[in-house]
Amino acid sequence: MTLPQTTTAAGVPAPGTPLLEVDDLHVEFRQRSGVVHAVNGVSYELAAGQTLAILGESGSGKSVSAQAIMGILDTPPAVIRGGIRFEGRDLLTMSAEDQRKIRGPGISMIFQDALSSLNPVYSVGWQIGEMFRVHRGASRKEAKRKAVELMDRVRIPAAARRVDDYPHQFSGGMRQRVMIAMAIALDPRILIADEPTTALDVTVQAQVMDLLKDLQRETGMGLILITHDLGVVNEVADDVAVMYAGRIVERGTVDDVFTDAAHPYTDGLMKSVPQVEAKGGRLQPITGQPPNLAAIPGGCPFHPRCSHRRLGAAAAPGRECATDVPPLRLVAPGREAACHYSEEVLGV
Amino acid sequence: MGRYIARRLLLIIPVLLGASFLIFAMVYALPGDPIRALAGDRPISPAVVEVLTERFNLNDPLWVQYWEYLKGLLSGDLGTDFRGRPVLDTIERTLPVTIRLTLVAILFEAVIGLVAGVLAGIRRNGFLDNLVLVSTTVIVSIPILVLAFIAQLLFGLKLGWFPIAGTRDGWYGYVLPGLVLASGSLAYVARLTRTSVAENLRADYVRTARAKGLPRSRVIVQHTLRNSLIPVVTFIGADIGSLLGGAIVTETVFNLPGIGREVFDSIRSQEGAVVVGIVTLMVFFFIFFNLVVDVLYAVLDPRIRYD
Repeated sequence: MTLPQTTTAAGVPAPGTPLLEVDDLHVEFRQRSGVVHAVNGVSYELAAGQTLAILGESGSGKSVSAQAIMGILDTPPAVIRGGIRFEGRDLLTMSAEDQRKIRGPGISMIFQDALSSLNPVYSVGWQIGEMFRVHRGASRKEAKRKAVELMDRVRIPAAARRVDDYPHQFSGGMRQRVMIAMAIALDPRILIADEPTTALDVTVQAQVMDLLKDLQRETGMGLILITHDLGVVNEVADDVAVMYAGRIVERGTVDDVFTDAAHPYTDGLMKSVPQVEAKGGRLQPITGQPPNLAAIPGGCPFHPRCSHRRLGAAAAPGRECATDVPPLRLVAPGREAACHYSEEVLGV
Repeated sequence: MGRYIARRLLLIIPVLLGASFLIFAMVYALPGDPIRALAGDRPISPAVVEVLTERFNLNDPLWVQYWEYLKGLLSGDLGTDFRGRPVLDTIERTLPVTIRLTLVAILFEAVIGLVAGVLAGIRRNGFLDNLVLVSTTVIVSIPILVLAFIAQLLFGLKLGWFPIAGTRDGWYGYVLPGLVLASGSLAYVARLTRTSVAENLRADYVRTARAKGLPRSRVIVQHTLRNSLIPVVTFIGADIGSLLGGAIVTETVFNLPGIGREVFDSIRSQEGAVVVGIVTLMVFFFIFFNLVVDVLYAVLDPRIRYD
């Protein structure tokens, strides 16, 4: 799946090159108390116009892998291995300066809490305009004009009047729109949205997600949506990758995965969400705790919490859940899962 | 904002009245006879004592004395000392010395303290950070009196870089006393800046700044320092107010005729009018610079509004 030479002499990506290729990405944090394995061999691709949802609970490595792609993890303490290719160019081997120039016009990111993610001492117009001043060398006046345009584009009412206001003067939803305006300022090819709606009211969540979808339709950018919210995934994503303990445990189209999970963890996630149709039924939480990333269980990292696990003599040869690591493998057309017994899980 | 400042300025008046009365009462309560103290060991005739006592209202009750003082104040008269020299002249003579000392001290405090704090905060646990931590600990644990003598001995006598006393050498003579006077605050500014910078570097908006593809220098200067300096600038502002109150030890050791030394001498010789005049002025500086700090706070941090 990896192409040895994907860039032509002029630096223009060869046709057919995915926008983003993440190849066997590992991220570790070396700490005094030990090594925390946050991301353990994640691979995926993203095409223009595609929306990939990365689903997982806190500590599953979804945010860390995104920050590794952005190049905003401090190394050290973080150690990053593997390949991250943006339009065929490996971000991990290029100079820090080249990588910086991709942040903004190439890949940009929005974060969960817009209030703490915006600088409190600068006006929102200044912060949006900074993108044009730094990356495009625009004048202050020009930058401000662009900022108003962008605020209009993300549907902030009375943009011209509010451009000089400060982040604390906006509501939560409007602040997240400011973040989005800043992130899309330079028409990035990829937008990574890290829990963009988690801190917002439900009604505002829907508006923000609609806005993201509309912007994606206009620009054709690839969208990586990091979330633990199954509802959001269902509404906007094309494909979903489910992460657990720093690995992708299941991948497929949203329709397939949501209809019939191929991994017991995904299955557990689906069953722990209230369903409107299934009135009166009990929710089935996943038992146990997410693993400590400094001491991930051997074999399948999910096996201590898994209801389908087979241990010892009950397991098929080479498929013992506590000792044999299940590879991410094709389990049905267009479906991948990292479980020794996916076929059984699929049937349920 | 304008109304807020006006209100705060008006509030200074009752505070100064109260402060001056308290100081007046404390001087009044001092034991001993200032006229006898003035004479020292020389004999003094009872007639002279009586005339002087009468002229300075020393036999009147506290209220009357204070009222006489206030009446003078309204016509711009701060009174005279027992030798007949106007207090205003004394202030005019000593205040410039203290202002110069304060300026030099603040300059050291701000420049060295900020640079050390920023460098330490950016590279936490690095060599510079540890150097700053150790040196500031040493500085704050040495009494200023000892520090002053060490500075005189080392930089003045052994190395001969700076004059060790007096004001004959102009601004140059203020370098050593300014450094000594600044040392404590300098250490505090360095520590405060270090903590503030290190904290802000971990802030979400700094992560955003990096995600925006800003150069590292811009991430640090525009998105970290600006926010980190808010507590530091306010501390330095308030410190100007305290330093203008004069530094008795520093001014004495370095033989600088500033208001700190003047007020100390005046307390010993029970020069009531001088003490009240100068201490009230110190109180004014302190309040005024605290007001400046509050205003500055709103300028630096848009989240703070007084209207």
